[in-house]
Amino acid sequence: MADPGTRKHKADDRAKYQKLASSIVPRPPLARNTAVAFVVGGLICVVGQAVMNAFIASGMTADEAVGPTLATMILIGVVLTGLSIYHHIGEFAGAGAAVPITGFANTIAAAAMDFKREGYVLGMGAKMFIIAGPVLVYGILAGVTVALIKWLSRG
Amino acid sequence: MANRRIGKSTMRFATPPVIVSAGTVAGPMEGRGPMARWFDEVVPDDMFGERTAEKAERRFMGDAVKIVLKQAAVQPEQVDYFIAGDLLNQIVTASFVAEDLETPFIGVYGACSTSVQGLTLASALVDAGFANLALAATSSHYQTAERQFRYPIELNIQRKSTSQYTATGAGAVLVGQSGGKVRVTEATLGRVVDMGVKDPNQMGPAMAPAAADTIFNHLADTGRDPAFYDVIITGDLGSVGSEILLELMQRRGAPLGDNYADGGVMLFEGVRGTGVGGSGCACSALIMEGFVWKRMCDGEIRRALIVATGALLSPLTWQQGESVPCIANAIALQL
Amino acid sequence: MDYVIAFLVGGAICAVGQVLLDLAKIPPAHMLVLFVVVGAVLSGFGAYDRLVEFAGAGALVPVSGFGHSISRGSLLEARRLGVIGLFTGAFEFTGLGVATAVFFSALIALVANPRT
Repeated sequence: MADPGTRKHKADDRAKYQKLASSIVPRPPLARNTAVAFVVGGLICVVGQAVMNAFIASGMTADEAVGPTLATMILIGVVLTGLSIYHHIGEFAGAGAAVPITGFANTIAAAAMDFKREGYVLGMGAKMFIIAGPVLVYGILAGVTVALIKWLSRG
Repeated sequence: MANRRIGKSTMRFATPPVIVSAGTVAGPMEGRGPMARWFDEVVPDDMFGERTAEKAERRFMGDAVKIVLKQAAVQPEQVDYFIAGDLLNQIVTASFVAEDLETPFIGVYGACSTSVQGLTLASALVDAGFANLALAATSSHYQTAERQFRYPIELNIQRKSTSQYTATGAGAVLVGQSGGKVRVTEATLGRVVDMGVKDPNQMGPAMAPAAADTIFNHLADTGRDPAFYDVIITGDLGSVGSEILLELMQRRGAPLGDNYADGGVMLFEGVRGTGVGGSGCACSALIMEGFVWKRMCDGEIRRALIVATGALLSPLTWQQGESVPCIANAIALQL
Repeated sequence: MDYVIAFLVGGAICAVGQVLLDLAKIPPAHMLVLFVVVGAVLSGFGAYDRLVEFAGAGALVPVSGFGHSISRGSLLEARRLGVIGLFTGAFEFTGLGVATAVFFSALIALVANPRT
């Protein structure tokens, strides 16, 4: 008997089993997934470009158009999530749906819709960023650190 | 007092208790699969018109219990024990349904192996004379399981090649000393087996070793061949997990033949979007208390070994980098 | 033409993400964090600015663009205001997006329910 509570395992048996299991577990269809992610992700960016061009045409500079473009894409992501469409796109395209900013919006909207069942304060309010949180936290950590280094080194 | 244990880990019931009645209620996805005609009720809306999926799951379990009691013409007051469990934290579905039943309640947790775990305990209590009638039930729901173990429903997440689909539904079974054709003859409860699988998307590969362990022990304890049974059905290994099980049993010198099938595969065969098969407590319950029960009542199946498999992880243990401990519980049903 | 480049660059970034998911078996959340950090770091080298000039939305829409926007805003405001600017600048370009996300997600939660 192994020491109770420690989960000391028989490493050999496990290694043998892992070998057996990995010989049977099917590999993901990498080529198909990558191709679909490429196309869907690319198309979402094309939509973003169209939005950006529209804002620039309305008089903004390229810089000024960045914020509104991202916000519009976020709005699109939220609406598609509300219509129960985005999770199908995600199932189909994987990273093609997760990587664009619309995916970021989807994580927030999906969490909001789901956790409202536990109330709007402790449910939705508290858990809205349960999936997107890491992106914000590490985005700020990395962004501020990089800016700090660059600012200190070159001013 | 006669010793009712045989071999290392199997109970042989003295006056085999019988299944007096069994009932199954399934959701719409399950209704699209080939097992649908064996369910007592297929519900078109998996929310059951309720505001939360958790409430809906209780309706599933409650309805399965109602069907069982009605079939047996038994009042809740006549039931001595209600033995139930589900996937949710603190097995709230079972507890809340128990409240309405007002029957002494034993809450059990075996993850997706709960159906057989509950039936085993119910049978043991009846066989030993502690109960005249014992009711076992279990349920699972796609939305409640996803929310608790994985992600919000509307999240864009891509299933992996080994992902399974949590079944929505419930099964209940009433065990008594007499009044039924199907006898519960032996039960082999499993021990926890963990072969180091850490990926929660690989439930089948995680559980297969536990299934092999329990099946092997059961056969050794009873001195039987796999061919003794008309069917040997695992709860929810999925297509990948069952392939691994076949290989494991082959290597142990007790190869499983054509009489072997997996409940997860049976439940969702041909249904798009369900990965490599069904999972959840309801999976084994729907198959055992729907398909197997009805076919045994017809006489089409005479001897069945049901091996429900469960993955005993929590969302936290996975995040903390732990591997997935699993268990398999086996029960023998004979005419 | 800018649409074609946006498609190719944006698609390529997503394709890299997919390879990380399938081959390197990184959980989706970790992959997204990696991308946002890489975006911020490449921003520091000036490389992401050039990518944005070249590919427009193809560089801005992926979440790496989000990291770049945080980094860029942080740097611009630091130059203007000093240390305080480091932190106020983080949301210079991204604040609009975050506030929009929260506001409209809450609205959608009021009217829409998750469906299996």
